[in-house]
Amino acid sequence: MADKPVEELAHADLADGNNVQATTPSPVVGPSLSRRGPLQYTLVRHLGLAVLGGLALLLLTSSVSAYRDFQIANVGYYVVAVAGLTVLTGLNGQISLGHGALMMVGAYTAALLLQREDPLPVTLVLVLCVVTAAAVGALVGAAAARLRGPYLAGATLAFAVGLPGLTSHYSGRLGGDNGLSVSTGPPPESLGFDFPGERWQAWITLSAALITLLLLANLSTSRVGRTFRAVRDDEVSAELAGIHVARTQVLAFVVSAACAGLAGGLLAVVSGQATPGAFSVALSLSILAGAVLGGLGSLAGAVYGAVALVALPSFSSSTSDRFDLGTDVKSNLPLLVYGALLVVVMLAAPQGLQGGVRRLLGLFKGRTPSPVRNDSGTDVSVSTPER
Amino acid sequence: MDRFLSVTISGLSGGMIYAAVALSLVLIWRATRVVNFAQGAMAMFTTYLAFTVLEHGGSYWVAFPIALLTGLVLGAFVERVLVRPVENGPPLNAVVVTLGVFIFLQGLAGLLFGGRFRSFPAPFSNKNYNLGNVSTVSPFEIFIVLSVALVAALLFALFQYTDVGLRMRAAAFSGEVARMLGVRVGRMLTLGWALAAVAGSLAGILVAPSVFLHPNNMDGVFVFGFTAAVIGGLDSPVGAIVGGLGLGVLLSYVASYAGGDLQTLSALAVLVFILMVKPNGLFSTTATRRV
Repeated sequence: MADKPVEELAHADLADGNNVQATTPSPVVGPSLSRRGPLQYTLVRHLGLAVLGGLALLLLTSSVSAYRDFQIANVGYYVVAVAGLTVLTGLNGQISLGHGALMMVGAYTAALLLQREDPLPVTLVLVLCVVTAAAVGALVGAAAARLRGPYLAGATLAFAVGLPGLTSHYSGRLGGDNGLSVSTGPPPESLGFDFPGERWQAWITLSAALITLLLLANLSTSRVGRTFRAVRDDEVSAELAGIHVARTQVLAFVVSAACAGLAGGLLAVVSGQATPGAFSVALSLSILAGAVLGGLGSLAGAVYGAVALVALPSFSSSTSDRFDLGTDVKSNLPLLVYGALLVVVMLAAPQGLQGGVRRLLGLFKGRTPSPVRNDSGTDVSVSTPER
Repeated sequence: MDRFLSVTISGLSGGMIYAAVALSLVLIWRATRVVNFAQGAMAMFTTYLAFTVLEHGGSYWVAFPIALLTGLVLGAFVERVLVRPVENGPPLNAVVVTLGVFIFLQGLAGLLFGGRFRSFPAPFSNKNYNLGNVSTVSPFEIFIVLSVALVAALLFALFQYTDVGLRMRAAAFSGEVARMLGVRVGRMLTLGWALAAVAGSLAGILVAPSVFLHPNNMDGVFVFGFTAAVIGGLDSPVGAIVGGLGLGVLLSYVASYAGGDLQTLSALAVLVFILMVKPNGLFSTTATRRV
């Protein structure tokens, strides 16, 4: 408590002074239930959005080139990973630098399962990726629930740095530095024999992304999502309100790890391989950069962040090709930009892109957005006393 | 048994390097309650600058102080310009900013110096002296131990016996009161970061001959330094050095008896174990901070 900035405390006092209904999302109960139209049900709204999004993406993927479809497929798994991290960090206040490593768990699960003589169907493989990563996430999360801020960041960083070492320790089984190759076979014949493989991959990752977003959106508006936020904002108060803090934190970590596992499995399917080099610390940090850029805690922000994670390397590569800057620039420019983005967004606009969008919408509706706190759990421009 | 002895000794000299990283993290944590995740990358970057000097024909004894001096400047810059605005905000924001610096410097190093591994020279021989038929310690290992010990001793003397040191301790202990007594708190915190970064740069240039120079070469070393700092409670310079030495010996056993690829995961195990069993570390004197 002692660490909270003064503005926030003042705000908390103000909120306490108001009547309670203004601060809690007023639950619609009793007679008013019968007056709700279908659109007032969260699930219906989210399902509708998902179906609309699905249709739009179907049109989009069918009208672009194979290379664009490949890029869209990449966006798909980044959405899953960034959305998972944004729920953990934005809604529950835990930071993880180990999501690249959790993606590696998913990718190697997929690679090992698809290597067998008669491979399982891709859907089942992806489900198993989710299960494995969730199990690993439960282990990490159980330790994480005891750790706070920088300690948690350090421990998950150690996880991210250390896990790729396993592939060379067990190089017989996991293929060492060269990794494992993953083949998922051609698209189903019912789609026609000249159906582009990239479009099929884009459909796989986009369906996964839509399902993930739908589930996470419902989770975040549900009772569980509210307990996540309560634990984020004040652990002691949450505990007093009857929330099991440690269990909530482990649950948030497991949900997030499951998303990372799915993203890893999808990455393996799209790239056709699982190599330790793909799951470096840089991957963990770029996922974090995506989440921060979009706005921590916002699922829409996760989508912008994921698009940026694909667009930026592609832009960097085409720019360095045009000016003939060589491979060093090509492969390192995105890292440089992610780093600069993390710093600049945190210093200038901690709510990320989605914060800007919200502010615009607020202007549009003639409403001033809440100046102190949004869903991100990060305070907006806390003024620094002069030293 | 002979092997055990030489593994222990090389663990101690490696541990001194982790101790230097841990020391820099502890100094920064004491001053500003921020863990500087960019410390490893900053050390990597200054080592690259030293390498550039060597490449252009400079001697090791020119490159060495250049690495430390650029570390000093870089540390001051990062605190004053990037970390200062988030220092009093939520802890998560400061963590994210240092992570941003971390990945920015890795990208910049890859962009300027290329991504291939380069060998970095050691100023003294790496060949172990033999005592009878037991191989013991190399001149370079002695140099590592002595230089880290010297820097640690200088820092200790600065903090304990000088006026500036007293001001720095006051600024870190209670900024508000120190400011009322006329201490330029902001300046002291910047100086604290700068000195800490010197310790980090020292670790970077000392570890480079054994892990080679590469934009990612400090990732593992940083994790070990962080673990060592946590063993010491993240708050105690003595704890950081003891933690570094202990961890160095332990990891040296892991590397030679189980496999070098498992070092980082072993450090993670130690880290989690310490945080579970004695979250304030073995040397911490301050009370638990409930956040």
